[in-house]
Amino acid sequence: MSSDVIVADGLRKEFTVRVRTGRLRRQKRLVTAVDGIDLRVARGEMLGYIGPNGAGKSTTLKILTGVLMPSAGQVRVCGLRPVAQRTRLALSVGVVFGQRSQLWWDLPLRDSFDLLRHVYRVPAAAHASRLRRCRDLLDLDAFLDVPVRQLSLGQRMRGELTAALLHGPQVLFLDEPTIGLDVVSKQAVRGFLAELGRGGDTTLVLTTHDLADIERLCRRLVVIDHGRVVHDGSIAALHRRYGSRRLVVADLDAPPPVPPVVPGAALRRVEADGHRLVFALESAGVAEVVTALAGLGGLRDVSVVEPEIEDVVARLYGERRSVRPSRRC
Amino acid sequence: MGSVTATVAPPTTSNVILWFRTFRAITGSGFRRYSTYRQASAAGVVTNLVFGFLRCYVLLAAAGAAGTVAGYDRGQLATFVWVSQGLLAVILLWGWTELADRIRTGDIAADLLRPVHPVTSHLAADLGRAGHAALVRLLPPVLVGPLFFEVHLPRRWSTVPLFGLSVVVAVVLCFGCRYLVNATAYWLHDVRGPVVLWAVASGVLAGLYFPLRFLPEWLQLVLWLGTPFPSLLQTPLDVLVERDSTATQIGLVALQVCWAASILGACRLVQRRAERRLVVQGG
Repeated sequence: MSSDVIVADGLRKEFTVRVRTGRLRRQKRLVTAVDGIDLRVARGEMLGYIGPNGAGKSTTLKILTGVLMPSAGQVRVCGLRPVAQRTRLALSVGVVFGQRSQLWWDLPLRDSFDLLRHVYRVPAAAHASRLRRCRDLLDLDAFLDVPVRQLSLGQRMRGELTAALLHGPQVLFLDEPTIGLDVVSKQAVRGFLAELGRGGDTTLVLTTHDLADIERLCRRLVVIDHGRVVHDGSIAALHRRYGSRRLVVADLDAPPPVPPVVPGAALRRVEADGHRLVFALESAGVAEVVTALAGLGGLRDVSVVEPEIEDVVARLYGERRSVRPSRRC
Repeated sequence: MGSVTATVAPPTTSNVILWFRTFRAITGSGFRRYSTYRQASAAGVVTNLVFGFLRCYVLLAAAGAAGTVAGYDRGQLATFVWVSQGLLAVILLWGWTELADRIRTGDIAADLLRPVHPVTSHLAADLGRAGHAALVRLLPPVLVGPLFFEVHLPRRWSTVPLFGLSVVVAVVLCFGCRYLVNATAYWLHDVRGPVVLWAVASGVLAGLYFPLRFLPEWLQLVLWLGTPFPSLLQTPLDVLVERDSTATQIGLVALQVCWAASILGACRLVQRRAERRLVVQGG
């Protein structure tokens, strides 16, 4: 499809690792970090790319941005071959690594941004309007003249985000952008990315261990493990696959004499000496369950609990681990 | 973000001009980055001055009562020493491991994500650094030396522009050599070995410890033609003190240019090789 910004087929990346086997002897071992990944990302899509530590997330991102050469497979990003046309591709993509800085350590943010304008050859007007927007949304003004080495992590990350966006990239790759950030900074970053996604022009690929990032931002979720895609679809699809259900929690004045039967919902638990009933939604909607419960009489309070994505993902990782206990080649 | 880029770019600006603007901006940033460390610069100047006196007395002692050694008179030797003390920080023979550090920590990934070739952007930044050093590190020894010693001043008008050109080429060449030494980190991860080797070789063979004209003529020829080292420091100094005729001065600078071009070519080649096998360290 021509609307796909990222097209990857059968992507593989192997590293040679030397392992000590004796006092002097070393053995070469091939480690497969990415093991046949197929991926298509459409323009304007916001993709959550998750997996346990060492699953191959960062490696995939580095291949897609042209930093690493894949061992096998085909890749096109914005219609370009990432390694061979890396410097051209750099004009169309922005990258934020949560664990390393792309800013100039000794320079204030303002100078870094100005330098980036020349490096990416952005017209002054476009640069100014983008910078103004980032300054407003990310509250940069307070530390724009502070050298990067003196910024706090949260401030630096806001600077990194701005730096990655000043050339108006078509695709933004974010590798754990909220790692180590406090709640307020996390919210600032998420809010900013959500705003960016709303525009619909920028494609966003986000890797993270904080699933709240994904829930807040991404409709599509790709889960990889041992270098392979184990889930590709919406968060709802992942919940369906693992049978996770929304819960309706009903508080009653008095425990009902017999456990009530609500069509389309299953009674999961009875808590608080029978005063609280927890139903899992199956075919019924929240309204139907609440109506049925109201019919019982003595309904004091109702709340709806969304299924925890962390639980589902933990089950997914755990399942994979038991299938393939170790990675060895 | 807004998608205004395509319509705003003025069609009259050629690619070459844009390239120069980018290069100039990176050079400017290199200048600013180094100008933040003022105390380090001051400490460096003091060290250069102290060793300037030391080296000057030793060389003048070598010249002895005759007043000349290896074709240099006393004034030429003093100029040689004091300008070399200043140039040391401008061409920066030692103490640049930025690229190796970035390779070791994986920050090199950020360099590769820019639309500018890494050799070009590091060169531009290094020229900015050299510009800063020319003001802060070159001037003090050049001004202090003549207060205590009788120095040789250029007598031919062509010497001054030739010396300027020679210094710029030396900076580019030295950057290229340092880049190659640092780039061994792509394969070795730890560059301390190559760095020590480079420090010793460049100190002796570039003419810092003693003027290379002290050596037998055949060895001078081998060094100048077969290695880039004399072109780093000895050539600009010999040009400045007018050790040779104008024709020889021009020839030496031309040789320097050849070395700089081939070393920069080698940098690009090595960089390309390295990118094919790059492992970005640290997740």
